[in-house]
Amino acid sequence: MSAPARSPQELHDTIAGGIGESPLRPDGTLKVRGEFAYSSDLWHEDMLWGATLRSPHPHARIVRLDVSRALAQPGVHAVLTHEDVPGENVYGLKFQDTPALAADLVRYQGEPIAILAADHPEIARQALKEIVVEYDVLEPITDPERAAHDDTLPKLHPGGNLVRHQRIVKGDPAATADVVVSGVYEIGMQDQAFLGPESGLAVPAEDGGVDLYLATQWLHVDQRQTAKALGLPLEKVRLTLSGVGGAFGGREDLSMQIHSCMLALRTGRPVKMSYNRLESFFGHVHRHPAKMYYEHGATRDGKLVYVRAKLYFDGGAYASKTPVVVGNGTTLSVGPYDVPNAHIEGWGVYTNNPTCGAMRGLGAVQPTYAYESQMDKLAAALDMDPAELRIRNALSEGSTVVTGQVVDFPAPVAELVQRVRDLPLPPEPTGARDIRELPGGASNTTHGEGVVRGVGYGVTIKNISYAEGLDDYSTARVRLEVLGGEPVAMVHTAAAEVGQGLVTLQQQIARTELGVTRVSVHPADTSVGDAGSSSASRQTYVTGGAVRNACRAVAEAVCARLGIASEGMTLTGGKVVAADGEVVADLAELLGDTAIEETREFHHRPTYPLDPETGQGDAHVQYGFSAHRAVVDVDLELGLVKVVQLDCAQDVGKAMNPDAVVAQIQGGSAQGLGLAVMEEILVQDGKVRNPSFTDYLIPTILDMPPMRVDVLERPDPHAPYGVRGVGEPPTISATPAIANAIRAATGLELLRVPIRPEHITGV
Amino acid sequence: MRVNVTVNGESRRADNVWEGESLLYVLRERLGLPGSKNACEQGECGSCTVDLDGVPACACLVAAGQAEGREVVTVEGLADGEALDPVQEAFVDRGAVQCGFCTPGLLVAAHDLIERVPDPSDVEIREALAGNLCRCTGYEKILDAVRDAAARKAVR
Repeated sequence: MSAPARSPQELHDTIAGGIGESPLRPDGTLKVRGEFAYSSDLWHEDMLWGATLRSPHPHARIVRLDVSRALAQPGVHAVLTHEDVPGENVYGLKFQDTPALAADLVRYQGEPIAILAADHPEIARQALKEIVVEYDVLEPITDPERAAHDDTLPKLHPGGNLVRHQRIVKGDPAATADVVVSGVYEIGMQDQAFLGPESGLAVPAEDGGVDLYLATQWLHVDQRQTAKALGLPLEKVRLTLSGVGGAFGGREDLSMQIHSCMLALRTGRPVKMSYNRLESFFGHVHRHPAKMYYEHGATRDGKLVYVRAKLYFDGGAYASKTPVVVGNGTTLSVGPYDVPNAHIEGWGVYTNNPTCGAMRGLGAVQPTYAYESQMDKLAAALDMDPAELRIRNALSEGSTVVTGQVVDFPAPVAELVQRVRDLPLPPEPTGARDIRELPGGASNTTHGEGVVRGVGYGVTIKNISYAEGLDDYSTARVRLEVLGGEPVAMVHTAAAEVGQGLVTLQQQIARTELGVTRVSVHPADTSVGDAGSSSASRQTYVTGGAVRNACRAVAEAVCARLGIASEGMTLTGGKVVAADGEVVADLAELLGDTAIEETREFHHRPTYPLDPETGQGDAHVQYGFSAHRAVVDVDLELGLVKVVQLDCAQDVGKAMNPDAVVAQIQGGSAQGLGLAVMEEILVQDGKVRNPSFTDYLIPTILDMPPMRVDVLERPDPHAPYGVRGVGEPPTISATPAIANAIRAATGLELLRVPIRPEHITGV
Repeated sequence: MRVNVTVNGESRRADNVWEGESLLYVLRERLGLPGSKNACEQGECGSCTVDLDGVPACACLVAAGQAEGREVVTVEGLADGEALDPVQEAFVDRGAVQCGFCTPGLLVAAHDLIERVPDPSDVEIREALAGNLCRCTGYEKILDAVRDAAARKAVR
């Protein structure tokens, strides 16, 4: 069967610009014309629409499942259950614990139970109602702290309810100090809320395999999990990336991949699945809510002596990325600070709440909110400026982090805090104010009376790329050929462009390394080697490194064809140029009608597992750092908050595309703002109460204040081009900056984010 | 049922439309115009914003039958052939497009704003675009783009 009529495009648009410049996106024009094919736009003649039946209960036993009436509906072509899963009915990113379709036990509200394919999405939705499921409803387990310690609770999985426990001990865990502050902090469940819904089009192939066009963050991990469930060899399950409407971690776990392929293989027809927003809230994992107990000890002159913390992460029904959240959460638990003594414990647990997994800032968002709250509390106890306290304890190159790992690359934490502190503050309000700029906005709830202003800081450390011993790598294929008399490079990787601008970056690297003007980007698919995930702020580092390596291999092959050593040769302006500037060859003449193609991998330097008892080990390859300063106005009577200004300083190692870097920082900061004051999936007794954009609030253009962004470039000597991952840190440090500013304005403790009006008014 | 509608200046007809179908579904799935996006289908995110008889509307909230005999302009109708509208040019040049899923709705809403208010203030831009969610950009570059688009239109 042929490729779909609406399918992923090769990106040929090239706008001049190499590394360090800010060329425009090659997909920009397609996107503003409405012609870019996102996964929900895919279309194939003769295609069917898939739909999913989901459990209404967070915890239940399935006692009867009858699909016969649904199958008898006109226009319905297949109805499938766990009995129809051709291969192994289990998948998972870290642990294999998630059924493709529930067999006997339902562990969360929204768990998929049956799937069907029909001629029209409405027929599909109506037919779902004809599927009969009888449940024996069970009491849900919803308290993560109890799930970690109470062995009398029912076991949700054969191994019990604990996904991972990690202890970290540094120095003297029982150290004492002159000044001690403690607090218990909670963070709600945030949603990635990417705009493009989970969608894909599965097309059955003549070889008995299937071609899946979809939006994802990691094609190969989807391929491996899907092929296993389908009982097919990898080469018969081919995945191609379509347009991705945002991801933020929410597309790391499978959603419709196995289901759409099962339906396509059963019906012999292309099957498209596209979730609506309600289903999207149930169909992907969320950010782990957490409860965190913290105690900080310091000397009277403000030097940290110790940190003790207990961190509980609610993983929900299946493990997903919970093991990594516990690893990141504990290893980053004291923040970007020099702390000689620490005793940290982290637990990730199974409950019957919605499954939690990857989201931007994975595992660092939660402790950063807690330790940055503590830093302000400590500053108050010491009667010290909060920025000064942070500067005094800032980590720097050569410091030893809580796991014993030495920071062997620049770590300008103090400078970031200084820079963000030194940015000019917005003018203090005087006289009559435009109500649209006040808390409550055009609702006309105040004209400035009862409004107080506060300033707060947030600083973070985030590990870049995968950790704890994973061989984290990417693959790139680069072809150089002559088209229309001009040398042209084609870059082909399996790395997912999810909006962050990786396609632009791939062109920039190829242009710089090969000295050509025209570079096109092949659609990402599984016909080239693994690129790993577009997550963990890693793609510029890892796939960027792979594209560089492949380009350099192409350059070497060019020199080999000339019979010269590549040493000292550069490819510039379509020519091979020697170190002394002499033009050795013209690429167009040299290549003629032949092409040079090379495929290379990039592996970052190794990391190591943590010691299970002490949590010591060189777990991370690199850290990113950012600092925010927030200014807020708070209406004390109504509890409404207006963020007036949000500024950020971040070290990016090397700004490969400075405009895109700033854009990442602005976008990430908006997500941090959302978590601070509005974004939360409300879960009660395991059930989601607000699965819609009406009730789950994400920041609008009215909520997001003006931002100043100060970008530092302190190259990491171990990273390609000196880059440091950019995507996650700004999301992490924005939240505590805003929470601290609201505390500064109100004098309230505010032990939970998002901070709601009732937390401020006390009503 | 049959629905007749003028889309981007062209008379179009959709047959066998179900009573419950939205204008968004008809545009995307029956008329082959997937530019208007399906993000929440609840009128909350603005990704499906189209111009309906000169007024921006969420196509997901318009029943297909309500569009009978009316004029719709979608993102696909903003450009004049190969030439992009200034608002489209500005969004590309100012980096206001990341994943781009919100972009079509923002473009239609911003285009409407600049038609009504040729030189909008920041507060006016924020109010006009408050119904369009963007999850990637933090809106700063969208503001830049709308300011820039207004300036480009003023010059032409």
